[in-house]
Amino acid sequence: MSSKQSDRREFLKRGAALAGGLGLAAAKPASGQLPDPEGMIVGTDELVGYGKRSRFENSQRIPHGGRHSPDAFGLDFHIAAPLQESVGVITPSSLHYVGTTRGSFVPDIDPAKHRLMIHGLVDRELVFTMEELRRFPSVTRLHFIECAGNRSRSSHTTVQETHGMTSCAEWTGVLLSTLLEEAGVQDGGEWIVAEGVEEVKGASTIPINKAMDDCLLCYGMNGEAVRPQQGYPLRLLVPGFEGIFNVKWLRRIKVVDQYYMTYNDYGHLTQDPATAALGYQIGPKSVITFPSGSQRLPEPGFYEISGLAWSGGGKVARVEISTDGGRSWQDADIRGEPQPMAHTRFSMNWTWDGNECELQSRCTDELGQVQPSRAQVAAFWNQPPDQVRVKGQDNSIQPWRIDSDGNVHNAIS
Amino acid sequence: MRSVSFSRKLPSRAQPNSLAALPNFRRGETCLARKLKLLGLFLLSVGVCAQAQSPTYGLGRAPTAEEVAAWDIAISPDGKELPAGSGSVAEGEELYVQKTCFVCHGLNGTGATAPRLIKRDVGEVDDPWDYGRVLPIRSPYATTVWDYINRGMPLGLEGTLTPDEVYSIVAYLLFLNDVIEEDMVLDQDSLPKIEMPNRTNFARVPDWFPGQPRLEGYPY
Ligand code: HEC
Repeated sequence: MSSKQSDRREFLKRGAALAGGLGLAAAKPASGQLPDPEGMIVGTDELVGYGKRSRFENSQRIPHGGRHSPDAFGLDFHIAAPLQESVGVITPSSLHYVGTTRGSFVPDIDPAKHRLMIHGLVDRELVFTMEELRRFPSVTRLHFIECAGNRSRSSHTTVQETHGMTSCAEWTGVLLSTLLEEAGVQDGGEWIVAEGVEEVKGASTIPINKAMDDCLLCYGMNGEAVRPQQGYPLRLLVPGFEGIFNVKWLRRIKVVDQYYMTYNDYGHLTQDPATAALGYQIGPKSVITFPSGSQRLPEPGFYEISGLAWSGGGKVARVEISTDGGRSWQDADIRGEPQPMAHTRFSMNWTWDGNECELQSRCTDELGQVQPSRAQVAAFWNQPPDQVRVKGQDNSIQPWRIDSDGNVHNAIS
Repeated sequence: MRSVSFSRKLPSRAQPNSLAALPNFRRGETCLARKLKLLGLFLLSVGVCAQAQSPTYGLGRAPTAEEVAAWDIAISPDGKELPAGSGSVAEGEELYVQKTCFVCHGLNGTGATAPRLIKRDVGEVDDPWDYGRVLPIRSPYATTVWDYINRGMPLGLEGTLTPDEVYSIVAYLLFLNDVIEEDMVLDQDSLPKIEMPNRTNFARVPDWFPGQPRLEGYPY
């Protein structure tokens, strides 16, 4: 008999004796100082089938944009992701932000019945089942989506409120160009109109150059099917363009000769050409998620400053961090390999000395576009410094002030 | 304000995904085959076209003309997809009640839970934009109003309005917003011709190319 076996036999004997008198709990080591679990999670068929996070994790999305979701009609409007608790670059599907133009029901679609039609200025009009779409060569890419309304305001207290209308997921599907080549785009096909099946059949007009470049028809999200709130069973991804273009519950793509000025287009457009341009492709942007508004540093000492950076112009090339309100800047570390039009995690080792200070981050993308401070925006457009209005999509630098008691506040004025 | 330009140029920097690298997706249409086909040389064209344009994967099927007609609810500003039919302001006023629009939008187009349908009460304004983001006054084209009501309203019973009913309701809403006269009848010819007050009041979106900055001359 090996010594291992005899040890085990000894253990069992002792265990049986103890169990008789004192119950299993008493079989713990005498030292007893190690933290113990609160108990065991009772296995259920449900948990075996589809896992669940710990009951101690309660990261939650919140209704956003000044209107409750669901509203009086049962429509979802804007729902913000809890970036303050995010780690890495992927937003869990259950926590991914949700945006709809003016509120929408979430359609309950049977994928077996769902169809995608491609028609208009094409050589071959085509209808696909989901099964057929899954037979095409697929791609898997990390991409963020961001709502045009993702704008920090001084009344916001957390990063969820200031920046939670963006998320990043791993998307799987077919390149739209694959399907458009299959259909054969005709001369004069300068735009596409993409349309969903929700009650208002939300539709957006998208330039054909973008459609042929990197748009993706997604059936997969973070390793499983796209969630209903994200457009199950099929959604369009228009990487780097504002959220409204990323049509959910996609059923139809019409290749057309002109800008169609759909309800979504009309509501999104403005009078000022600069604002229109800046509300199209998303600019270089970043935000520190730790430490961020409403969090608290318990004591002076070491912390890793961490945040997310992204740009609609391509990959994040550089992120800088300032701990003195923008007077001096240091390069942050990029965690992982930056992907085009994807959230990129950055961080910096930092020792807080316990004094009041202001943290900022600044993103530069591969096109050389640099995230501006609000003062820089004001100077560029000759706006009074106390009435800064960032044109188009707001990509201005987010300042967080840390008080000497360790409380973190939104420092936007 | 500094001057910024909306360049139609390609980005000067060679991007890996620059336009040059785009697949030549229009090749099919300009191919000789189409021209020959137009000349009636059908047999020859089949051979040439099959090479230039044949699908790679052969998945999916062709929709029937009826299917396309039933699905295709997108109406362009020139109104070419508008169906036959017509409607008057008076009919629209009745339908606004009959079709329950008033329940959510209010009897006078405001004051209920859903978005207002009449312009904001701001008196005479120099810029019609100031009437607010209210579809039947802000929209640059009446076709957008027709398209949206046809595709999305009445909420919960979308898609149940007939073309005549949509023409009537659009007429009524445009009348409420002082865009058209009370005796006007709308149909597929007259509706796209309506001069909406914000017709030329919308900025054009810039031409887009892969790898271009957001706005030329804007460093951010
Ligand atoms: C059950 C409530 C309800 C009914 C009934 C209803 N609507 Fe709506 N309507 C809405 C809501 C809510 C919106 C905002 C869009 C959304 O959330 O889908 C809206 C939006 C609109 C808009 C766009 C407003 C804007 O400026 O953005 C128009 C126009 C409109 N409705 C017209 C109508 C007409 C015409 C009818 C009757 C045929 C009607 N609605 C019936 C709830 C309703």
